[in-house]
Amino acid sequence: MTQTQIEVDAELDARGLSCPMPIVKTAKAMKELAPGQVLKLVATDRGSVADVPAWCTTTGNELIEQHEEGDAFVFHLRKGA
Amino acid sequence: MLDEAKLTLTEEEVRRIVQDELEQRDPGARKAAFIASKGTLDWAYPPLILASTAAASGMDASVFFTFYGLNIIHRDYEKLLKVSPLGNPAMPMPVTMPNLVLGLPGMGPTATTMMKAKFRGKNVATIGELLDSARELDVHLIACQMTMDVFGYDQDDFLDGVEFAGAAAFLAEARKAHITLFV
Repeated sequence: MTQTQIEVDAELDARGLSCPMPIVKTAKAMKELAPGQVLKLVATDRGSVADVPAWCTTTGNELIEQHEEGDAFVFHLRKGA
Repeated sequence: MLDEAKLTLTEEEVRRIVQDELEQRDPGARKAAFIASKGTLDWAYPPLILASTAAASGMDASVFFTFYGLNIIHRDYEKLLKVSPLGNPAMPMPVTMPNLVLGLPGMGPTATTMMKAKFRGKNVATIGELLDSARELDVHLIACQMTMDVFGYDQDDFLDGVEFAGAAAFLAEARKAHITLFV
């Protein structure tokens, strides 16, 4: 699944950060968004592959898609209601 | 009147409704209480990482610092938090050294410096950064008053935002939380 024109409202570059910082910063970035808006997150922490979907489930946000780009992991998250 | 359109829910909406309902019936799923009892650099990480992540996941998180764990929220945490290679066979060392050598003066500071460099090399947050995140996310950092008294600490010895309480206060929070961990 590649980026099939998902409209992005905000981007977060979490490359180079280790657990728990990608999640901590994602939570902060999502706080700034309105329900329905989309955040693009880029991380290099291998743990984020499992952590970001888990965080979305816990917090009621939607993980639209995730994929790898080189050594980075890209996620599109839609803020829940 | 029922609106036809409203009767069709996406899988995502159903999942969210079920989750909201479960959490309303089960507020404990939204609460986490940790105890931090160890005062070394390595063991300062788990409670701070878990509490920050819990708070970032929308949970009400608190950490109760007791005994040596008080080091973590002491104003001088930078100096107080160290690692010792002595009696720790799990610690990765560049070369294997007998305990007798590890006990020599200077080995403790060396191990502490090495571990900090290792963490920095892997871009792991510092304890200072984790404490900042925890406070920004409204994690309750609670110092155990009894052990403070035993060690001769004052409330002023601790970081801004630290709260002070005893076992009963911790239990009052922990009894409402599904996640309670002793570190």
